[in-house]
Amino acid sequence: MADARYAIELKGISKAFGPVQANKDIHIAVPKGTIHGIIGENGAGKSTLMSILYGFYRADSGEILINGQPTTIPDSQSAIRAGIGMVFQHFKLVQNFTVLENVVLGAEEGALLAGSLSKARKVLTDLAREYELDVDPDAVIEDLSVGHQQRVEILKALYRQADILILDEPTGVLTPAEADHLFRILKGLRDQGKTIILITHKLREIMETTDNVSVMRRGTMVGTVKTAETSPEQLAELMVGRKVLLEVEKKPAMLGRTVLKVEDLRVVDEHGVERLKGVSFEIRAGEILGIAGVAGNGQSELLEALGGIARATGKVTLKGADLPLSGKGSDARSRRAAGIAHVPEDRQALGLIMDFTAWENVAFGYHDAPEYQKNALFMDNDALRADTEKKMATFDVRPPIPTLAAKSFSGGNQQKIVVAREIERNPDLLLIGQPTRGVDIGAIEFIHKQIVSLRDQGKAILLVSVELDEIRSLSDRIAVMFDGRIMGFRDPETTDERDLGLMMAGMTGKGEAA
Amino acid sequence: MERLPRWADLALVPLISLLLAATIAALVILAIGQDPWEAITVMVQGSVMNAYGWGYTLYYATSFMFTGLAVTVAFHAGLFNIGGEGQAQLGGLGVALCCLFLPWPHWSLALIGATFAGAAFGAAWAAIPAYLQAKRGSHIVITTIMFNYIASAFLIFMLVDVLRPDGQMDPATANFPEAVHLPTLNELPGLSLIFTSGVPANVTLFIALAMAVVVWALLWRTRLGYAIRAFGKSEPAARYAGISPFGIIMLAMLISGGLAGMMAINNVMGEAERLLGNSASGAGFIGIAVALMGRNHPVGVVLAALLFGFLFQGGAELGLWTKIPIEMRTVVQGLVILFTGALDMMVRMLLTWIFNLFRAGRLAKGAA
Amino acid sequence: MDYATLLQILDSTIRLATPLLFACLAGLYSERAGIFDIGLEGKMLMAAMSSASVAFLTGSVWAGLMAGILASMLMAGIHGIASITFRGNQLISGVALNFVASGITVLVAQRLFGQGGRTPPLEGEARFHPITLPFAEELQSVPILGPLYHEVISGHSLLVYVAVLTVPLTWWILFRTRFGLRLRAVGENPAAVDTAGISVKGLRFAAVAITGILCGLAGAYMATALQAGFGREMTAGRGYIALAALIFAKWRPVAALWACLLFGFFQALALRPDVVEAVVQVKIPVPFLDALPYVLTVLVLAGFVGKAIPPRAGGEPYVKER
Repeated sequence: MADARYAIELKGISKAFGPVQANKDIHIAVPKGTIHGIIGENGAGKSTLMSILYGFYRADSGEILINGQPTTIPDSQSAIRAGIGMVFQHFKLVQNFTVLENVVLGAEEGALLAGSLSKARKVLTDLAREYELDVDPDAVIEDLSVGHQQRVEILKALYRQADILILDEPTGVLTPAEADHLFRILKGLRDQGKTIILITHKLREIMETTDNVSVMRRGTMVGTVKTAETSPEQLAELMVGRKVLLEVEKKPAMLGRTVLKVEDLRVVDEHGVERLKGVSFEIRAGEILGIAGVAGNGQSELLEALGGIARATGKVTLKGADLPLSGKGSDARSRRAAGIAHVPEDRQALGLIMDFTAWENVAFGYHDAPEYQKNALFMDNDALRADTEKKMATFDVRPPIPTLAAKSFSGGNQQKIVVAREIERNPDLLLIGQPTRGVDIGAIEFIHKQIVSLRDQGKAILLVSVELDEIRSLSDRIAVMFDGRIMGFRDPETTDERDLGLMMAGMTGKGEAA
Repeated sequence: MERLPRWADLALVPLISLLLAATIAALVILAIGQDPWEAITVMVQGSVMNAYGWGYTLYYATSFMFTGLAVTVAFHAGLFNIGGEGQAQLGGLGVALCCLFLPWPHWSLALIGATFAGAAFGAAWAAIPAYLQAKRGSHIVITTIMFNYIASAFLIFMLVDVLRPDGQMDPATANFPEAVHLPTLNELPGLSLIFTSGVPANVTLFIALAMAVVVWALLWRTRLGYAIRAFGKSEPAARYAGISPFGIIMLAMLISGGLAGMMAINNVMGEAERLLGNSASGAGFIGIAVALMGRNHPVGVVLAALLFGFLFQGGAELGLWTKIPIEMRTVVQGLVILFTGALDMMVRMLLTWIFNLFRAGRLAKGAA
Repeated sequence: MDYATLLQILDSTIRLATPLLFACLAGLYSERAGIFDIGLEGKMLMAAMSSASVAFLTGSVWAGLMAGILASMLMAGIHGIASITFRGNQLISGVALNFVASGITVLVAQRLFGQGGRTPPLEGEARFHPITLPFAEELQSVPILGPLYHEVISGHSLLVYVAVLTVPLTWWILFRTRFGLRLRAVGENPAAVDTAGISVKGLRFAAVAITGILCGLAGAYMATALQAGFGREMTAGRGYIALAALIFAKWRPVAALWACLLFGFFQALALRPDVVEAVVQVKIPVPFLDALPYVLTVLVLAGFVGKAIPPRAGGEPYVKER
């Protein structure tokens, strides 16, 4: 019976959370010694499936075979015993422990530490040599770069003698160079006979690294193909179930006067690290400036500095008037008063109060706006509710119930509430970060149209997105950020993915210096 | 697992928590060889079955309303103000200074003055932990605990070394002048028909009730309340919305400390008519229970304050008329806090389980 | 102030620091594992009452000690169930248990002995007695050091020496054993412990149990060694001073020893206002000395005397996430 060709076989795995069917009758077979990609949109059920493999959830039905043997995985301990190692999207490291202590944790040799630590030190040296996994064993985690922290996670799995390594969206936080290094490591591990499962929503990584790829959509497994026999277009179509219309219809830009002028903008974070290292640019009325780049290269800080959340230095003028960058008048409230609206990158952490109702959220940031006041003392909640109903109708928020809590709406509808609130203020400048992250396709098109229509009304828009396609189809001009700096500006009509990719990796593209 | 219906969450959960606390309390009474039924009879008899008992129950409830509201306001800003005790003691100092050293022509004016003085002193005592939290990130729970002890030491010093009249032995201020005597319920026209003998409950009860309304309006009808609630849910989001964390922490704690300090008009000015050591006598801590029990809503706080007033007065009656020591009431308070505050998840899980059994039963019937 | 007075004050410093040290180390285990415990006070009180009662009834201080530890562990168990199993608010659970302990100790003592919530005075085998260390008498004549050894180091009850030895033991457990590594990890990042296949709840319950044992020792010391019996509210806020010492020591065992000695010293001074007045030439009110530990702790919390960074996962119940 036992078919030892496969490291992992899943047969008919299903898992429901209340009414939501996260995994439906999943079948998958991963041959030993291969890199197997699992691709799908946000919410397609990839992470749930892997959590079942790692013993975080128990499947409602179905069978798991490891190396041909039927196996039950009730907890992480069993997963580790079965030879499964997991590198989570959010690392599970103890920040003030050393690398060595993190590696040893849970895999100690005996009741005393000394023996375990010296053994681990030796193993780590060997692994470092073998797989380009060198990290200082005595370094404290919080001092390490994200890329190095990820290596510690891989080392942890290898130290536990994992034969099957699962990586969940491993490149989201990495620079292109770090990502390439990671893929070299993964290929090295595969060549040594390890089996690797790579979960991602990035087509390029799948095409470059994997041997086979399985596509998930809305909790089901749509198909498994050999990577060499497929194309990005085919995978994309499998992922979303129909051809994706990435082109946004828009008229040529009618540029007006300069709205925002930024000169030598710098931001230092709470640890004293300079995150934004002197950024300068201009946005004119009727223009969308798109900021491309790998996440974590200063884009968030740029939005936060302009939105009045982070302190900054430098010089920023809005329609000719100076904006204070620290101290009085530099908070988000003053920015709104000056005519800047802000759709933040993380709507759940910043843009909304999830426990508040929709109507309370429509006032968020504008709760002292005159039209929401009854008199000097009290707010006019009735007016606010009426206004919410109107906005919900305009932006097709479903369900259109103002008294529902924000957390009860889907991601796309939450985003529509935020976008409605900010765009309807008719700002001179709109800051908008990751406008369609975790948003369903229908809502993506709607939000893109709203952005373009605001631009056609002669407003200035600063768009930040890690989705290169989004940047290319919406922007009138593209700036690429790397390591807190702008590497260069490009015309979306004349640039290509390769050129932008080089700049995102910190290498200047054709012509023009940083 | 289905969620609980809202009415069950709001009414049934606290009720069952109370029942559990009462059950354990009854077991404790049995264990010390007394009769729980007799105990509950004595408690009810002595606290709510006659006007005299109500006069005490309402007196205690008044104090608990102030401290419960204090905890509520801070809670909505995401701050756990465990320092109500110290703030109430400082409020007592403010009230005492105001009553002793200012010439008041009439009690009503004195009451206004003392209310502000108590609130100001309580707020000032809350301001330091608030500032340290807002500017230096010092955990407000720990600092307010420390400030309770510092307050208590400071008051001992004030009463022993500064305010104690010459020749007096016990650490307390002189008696307040007659002019600042607040009318008790039995001295108020109309109410005197109900309260025929002297009771400690006094006009400050109405101030406490008014404060409940004010706190409700503040939290759910004003911009500041909106900002406080938003900040309490998420500090980063509040910052995004242009709400100043420093401002909210300070304002919420000043209001909270002010409410706790205001309590002193009830116990110091309304009842003792002089400032004694340990004047707050635990009301600051009971405020935590009251706020928890009242689900951090002023209506709930008023009801919970009445409940704790009943426990306090009933407990005193126990000490008087049965062999059960008065400390029983401390045990009951602790049990109520434990079940409503720390074990509410247990009660909720239990209820959800029962509800799901019913649902499953109904589904099965529907299918058959 | 003469040398003899100094020795007397140092001697009472050690006596008074001992319950603080037990309670402080108790809190250290719990908080290092991510469970805040402001119920140290209540556990000490329960242990004090139980140990004094059982010691009186059986005539054996050892039986009393066991009873004290068990009572304290029972309280710790309830705190664990509330804050670990049912993910309740740890601060509220602590406050609640302090209330319960404050009342129930009096109820039980009153029921058992009918002396207004006190136990009768303990005598003979029902108490811990001072131990004279080797050569204390012989070395007494050595100048300076002799009396120091005789008066301050020697002549305490067994539990004092146990408390002091608990400090290096705690350091060793925390930093040299597997259990210590896991304990520190679970207070910093329970998710890391969970994904490593170790039970978060198991570790936290173990830590809470140790807290129970150490608070039991603290309470038993109060009632059977420092004093001869239990009286209502006899811990008088020591649980909170221990909490303050824990913060002052920044959650480190050896620093905890110094913090508790310092706070014990303040308590010893508060007993001798005459000495303080003689030394500083100004009348210092006793309440000022009482408040000093709390004021110092606030200064530490405010970061004026180094920054106190609590364990990162402290106070937060662990909910498994994907």
